[in-house]
Amino acid sequence: MRRALSALVLVLLLLAGAGAAMAVEPDEILPDPALEARARHISSGLRCLVCQNQSIDDSNAPLARDLRLLVRERLKAGDSDAQVTRFIEDRYGEFVLLSPPLSWRTLLLWIAPLIALLIAVWTSVRAWRRRQAQAVRAGGAAPLSAEEEKRLAAILAERETPTPPDSRPQ
Amino acid sequence: MIIELGHFALVLAFLVALFQMVVPAYGAHVRDSRLMSVAEPAALCQFALLLLAFLALMQAYVTSDFSVANVAANSHSTKPLLYRISGVWGNHEGSMVLWVLILALFGAAVAAFGRNLPATLKANVLSVQASIAVAFVLFILLTSNPFVRIDPPPADGNGLNPILQDPALAFHPPFLYTGYVGFSIAYSFAIAALIDGRIDAAWARWVRPWTLGAWMFLTLGIAMGSWWAYYELGWGGWWFWDPVENASFMPWLAGTALLHSALVMEKRDALKVWTVLLAILTFSLSLMGTFLVRSGILTSVHAFAVDPRRGVFVLAIMALFTGGGLALFALRARDLRQGGIFAPISREGSLVLNNILLTTACATVFVGTLYPLMLESLTGDKISVGPPYFDWTFGPLMVPLLLALPFGPFLAWKRGDAYAAAQRLAFAALLALVVVALASVALHRGPILAPFGLALGVYVMAGSVSDLAWRVRLGSVPLDEVWRRFTGLPRSAIGTALAHFGVGMLVVGVVATSAYREERILIMKPGEQVSVAGYDIAFRGVAPATGPNYREDAGVFDVSRGGAAVTRLEPARRIYDMPPEPTTEAGIHPGWRGDLYVVLGDPQANGGYAVRVYFNPLVRLIWLGAVAMFIAGAISLSDRRLRVGAPGRARRIAAAPAE
Repeated sequence: MRRALSALVLVLLLLAGAGAAMAVEPDEILPDPALEARARHISSGLRCLVCQNQSIDDSNAPLARDLRLLVRERLKAGDSDAQVTRFIEDRYGEFVLLSPPLSWRTLLLWIAPLIALLIAVWTSVRAWRRRQAQAVRAGGAAPLSAEEEKRLAAILAERETPTPPDSRPQ
Repeated sequence: MIIELGHFALVLAFLVALFQMVVPAYGAHVRDSRLMSVAEPAALCQFALLLLAFLALMQAYVTSDFSVANVAANSHSTKPLLYRISGVWGNHEGSMVLWVLILALFGAAVAAFGRNLPATLKANVLSVQASIAVAFVLFILLTSNPFVRIDPPPADGNGLNPILQDPALAFHPPFLYTGYVGFSIAYSFAIAALIDGRIDAAWARWVRPWTLGAWMFLTLGIAMGSWWAYYELGWGGWWFWDPVENASFMPWLAGTALLHSALVMEKRDALKVWTVLLAILTFSLSLMGTFLVRSGILTSVHAFAVDPRRGVFVLAIMALFTGGGLALFALRARDLRQGGIFAPISREGSLVLNNILLTTACATVFVGTLYPLMLESLTGDKISVGPPYFDWTFGPLMVPLLLALPFGPFLAWKRGDAYAAAQRLAFAALLALVVVALASVALHRGPILAPFGLALGVYVMAGSVSDLAWRVRLGSVPLDEVWRRFTGLPRSAIGTALAHFGVGMLVVGVVATSAYREERILIMKPGEQVSVAGYDIAFRGVAPATGPNYREDAGVFDVSRGGAAVTRLEPARRIYDMPPEPTTEAGIHPGWRGDLYVVLGDPQANGGYAVRVYFNPLVRLIWLGAVAMFIAGAISLSDRRLRVGAPGRARRIAAAPAE
């Protein structure tokens, strides 16, 4: 029901919003395609504050529309992308940014994947080494004697066509 | 009366589960085979009782019995039969009943098909499985009882949310739950093995088919949800990195890792400790998903936020099973003897890499989903973690995974030859380079990295074809010999190749539609025309229509291409009678290049309509890839059916003349 519940949220927002309208409306679009493309790009990184994890670019809530218009206004006034984002952030707080900027509060968030990767690699290498050492101690990986080498060569020679190693069931 | 019977069956199921939890486990402890053997009938009985409860509830929905509070709150007499049935699990209480029903189904399946399991293992597995049922049936009875009556009954119900009245969404929850809950079997086996202190390759052979089955259904369940979002929500998005989506994606990532590590354990007796841990974690993530969605912590600002008692209850269940499982693991893991050794470049090595990257990806999704909640509860600061975060973190983790993926099947167990594998992948790599070149030249727009993304997907697809081609020695032996070899291939080898091919399809679909989507948003008056991606779309007008429980305004769009008529699309704006809510129905024309996606928006003052036209290139590969993975899983399962857990039969077959 996870999906269904998220749908419920969306429906509630539809009710809160302005009927079955969606996202960017034709009347919002800027005549200059380059400017409009920038507006879309900026919008997709801004959160619709009354929605659940939706960008203002995807949302039909009235607030999202207001923000989209605001973004376009600032762009028309000649702001750079960063300035527009900054302007919105100053008004609505960090919560509006879908990509949280790096700060002491979000440091752990941003480096968590790296930490997880390092832990995973380190654990794997350590476990593998320990296992390897155990096997050597147990004599499992002792080198073959000359006699064994000869027998191995004989067995290998017997097999005419080497089959791929995985033709057996896995 | 039937409702009371269902209620009674639910209470009885609780008692049976309690019995099934305690007696066989005690029997296993004191090695009393009579006590252990009650697990089997108890599991079947528990399933039968829960099925009775579920059918009783379904009967109330089908006959629109509004004296049942749950039916009155979530159904309506004019709803089509399909949605009266799916309405059973379209709400919290009913979906929990489905959840425990599937749980019991898996338990009953182990009881019925597990004749060859060692007695103590089987008793312990069914006992652990019953303990989960005890917790969740108690949860239903105490906090979310769907069998409560209201007096006087209302004349009609409140209706199911119209956005949920959709065939894909009707079947989405059962598939998703089969996936989630299916991982409980892996969990129960892991706990049982830890209680027993004994674990071997046979254990992995037992766990793998259940995990594979659960994984298949979870894959398709997630894909259905994504597919539904794509056509129903009206802007063609198919994945939003929403916490609710992530809740289902985390068990999928962990489950995928589990599938691969259990393979190593089964074949080489290695990675035992890790596989057991992963089995515990995968189901814990399923429980966490349940907690996240049902506790209301994700949706607390919304009107339907659930009773906080439920959240606390599910949190307690999650803490008990995750904490208990991990504690037992910490106590007993050292006793598990590790098996086979391997060189870093080997099949085992490649599967370890797979596990490293998948678990890291899973951890990333975990952190990204929970960090805002944690930060807010600790400091009160609110931050958003949205798609850009996952693009930056999850994306890069997938690149090495996809690059390494085709190597795995070419490497031998124990010690592989990376150079030989690379040679066999030369064709795939060459094809990928061609794709980069073609995409860069032919498509002048889109992100610079997009051609590489496409190439990566093509490389994975071609790599899995090369894998099969190499196994059947295509090109080096006559064609009839190739065919003979192909029919002689183990089905699991075909399944592996097809599943990996599906991954490649998914990647191509994701990259193509994200990077090269075309879009026109405009006001159209009847008679006007617009061109998108080579299609000419003429707007004819809007006509009202009436459905069984809705009214709609359907736009009529004639689509042509180079003067030749292609199709007529009729996207609609719908208002449902009960509850009176608007939905949009997109008009979609699927083509081999991609989907033409037309949405009718608000009427404008000048007599026109807001119209959105999208072209989503190759978007269908996303879901077709998931379907390929599902089919691949089914092929693998059909291969294993005779051997898995059926040593007696397998031996008989082995004794018979070779096929």
